[in-house]
Amino acid sequence: MISYNFFKRIMPQMIILGVVLFLNLLVFPDFFVIEFQNGRLFGNVIDVLNRGAPTALLCIGMTLVIATKGIDLSVGAVMAIAGATAASLVVDGHYWLTAVIGALTVGAICGLWNGFLVAILRIQPIVATLVLMVAGRGVAQLITEGTILTFLDEGLIHLGAGTVFGIPTPVLIWIFLGGLAAFFVRRTALGMLIESIGINEASSRLAGINSRILLICVYVVSGICAAVAGVIVAADIQGADANNAGLWLELDAILAVVIGGNSLLGGRFSIVASLLGAIIIQSVNSLILLSGMPPEFNLVIKALLILAILVIQSPRVGHLIYIMRASSPPIKSDPLTPAKESNR
Amino acid sequence: MNIKATLFASAITLMPIAVVASDLTIGFSQIGSESGWRAAETTVTKQEAEARGITLKFADAQQKQENQISALRSFIAQGVDAILIAPVVATGWDEVLEEAQDSDIPVVLLDRTVDAPEELYLTAVTSDLVHEGSVAGQWLVDEMAGADCRIVELQGTTGSSPAIDRKTGFENAISDHSNLEIVRSQTGDFTRSQGKVVMESFLKAEGGENICALYAHNDDMAVGAIQAIKEAGLNPGKDIKIVAIDAVPDAHLAIANGEMNATIELTPNMAGPALDALDAYINSGTMPPKWIQTESKLFTAADDNQAIYEMKKGLGY
Repeated sequence: MISYNFFKRIMPQMIILGVVLFLNLLVFPDFFVIEFQNGRLFGNVIDVLNRGAPTALLCIGMTLVIATKGIDLSVGAVMAIAGATAASLVVDGHYWLTAVIGALTVGAICGLWNGFLVAILRIQPIVATLVLMVAGRGVAQLITEGTILTFLDEGLIHLGAGTVFGIPTPVLIWIFLGGLAAFFVRRTALGMLIESIGINEASSRLAGINSRILLICVYVVSGICAAVAGVIVAADIQGADANNAGLWLELDAILAVVIGGNSLLGGRFSIVASLLGAIIIQSVNSLILLSGMPPEFNLVIKALLILAILVIQSPRVGHLIYIMRASSPPIKSDPLTPAKESNR
Repeated sequence: MNIKATLFASAITLMPIAVVASDLTIGFSQIGSESGWRAAETTVTKQEAEARGITLKFADAQQKQENQISALRSFIAQGVDAILIAPVVATGWDEVLEEAQDSDIPVVLLDRTVDAPEELYLTAVTSDLVHEGSVAGQWLVDEMAGADCRIVELQGTTGSSPAIDRKTGFENAISDHSNLEIVRSQTGDFTRSQGKVVMESFLKAEGGENICALYAHNDDMAVGAIQAIKEAGLNPGKDIKIVAIDAVPDAHLAIANGEMNATIELTPNMAGPALDALDAYINSGTMPPKWIQTESKLFTAADDNQAIYEMKKGLGY
């Protein structure tokens, strides 16, 4: 299953992640220390994985949507709606699992709405999902009646702040869902069908692919992923904050997909690379927090690091690297060439 | 004849209403529902007006200045006796304030001030943000009584005036006390989730046992930080002292549970002093001062926080 091509695909992301983690180590020498404390794994690496969960979950759906040449701007608002739904259901005395199912259903309905606008009415995805991005937060505020709706339900809180075998639950959830999605799109023809829609929808349809259903499904998956993220974020702070939950997170999710090396023009995609992108973003956030710099520098540092990552990944720089390698003696063409010479 | 009689009759029947309505009618232009505190301010303003028998015309601007300006113009057109406004931004009010002045309608600013000549409005009722910070700082100075204390600070949204002023006030209050030192300071964007995330990193970067106190620029961030401290296996309120600002219901609950130590109230009752000033101005011509400062009351475990929580819960926070 895990082939050479797969490693080659995620290699740039792995290298960037390695560099960002190394920078973390430089500003905070104990960065990789993980202790078992108070019944949970405790350490900065765990924090990165845990805090990266919302973005990671969003970017699973976002990768699929972007692969179809679409975009989903509504995920942050859907998070707020889902969190508000789950919170209001447990506050009304429902069992926490019912609340979670309710929230996921609401997320799926939001996705269905986006899919309907995009696939049936043929509205451009950026406009279609903008509707819910703007209106969704209002819907969430209606559900919470403008307050931070707090709850004390242990089952629901466990999803955001609890642990399983010492590992924070959100980490397990995003790794499981990410793995599940990657497995389905790569072990079945689904991934290829999604890519074909992104590359050329008309010809995919002529080739017999039911592009409408597939497009709707992709937006529904994105809505459900956003709902899971919304439930986790609400559970984490034991309250649904309609104003702030998932605010601007849609941009982080798109950025994660881009850092993952996926084209916004659709076509070939890699969910694993996007997930690495999400963890890279969270590692950058962690770097900023640990550096102890005044908060005025936060966004500047983040912007510079992201810019550096994107420049390194840009086609022009990639081409330059290719030419530099081509002008030096070939590395792989002759396996018998000693390594020393190939570097010259 | 018939028509005249009908008119006369209706005039007589409408008279009592007209007499009641000739009591004060005040227009209130609220920013919108940006936070729980603002919802509470709206609730309290309505309550205060009702208690005084004032007819309150309420306009929600949904965070847009143009909505507030058109609300003010419509209040002027309706000939209200006075206008209360919580301005969404500081600039661009001169023209509409002049229109109000031309119609002899006094305008009172609530909670925020504007960059306009002082004679264009009657008075501004606001809290002193720097003072709030210094009350928090003074509490910590008294609480530590000379003992060494390493403080971490959760700032509000970078560059916002509450964040700048509350930081300044706190730093002023502790500046003469070398035993108190702010070792880490980061923004938590005034939200619970960021408060929790940033506190987690503070706990790891400094080590939980090396942090003696947390100062958060608002209660929401403190409530998030309390959860982070608990998850790190420490006792918030005991191992790490916590002081924050706003006095929202959940902060009172946290103090009642012993997980937080102090909060300074940003009172949602800006309308009470404003309406008192308007009453004195309209009925006896007393000019109020240009700035009415609301009280920044300190709440600690000594207060009955459970009762205050129950009372505040209904205000729409």
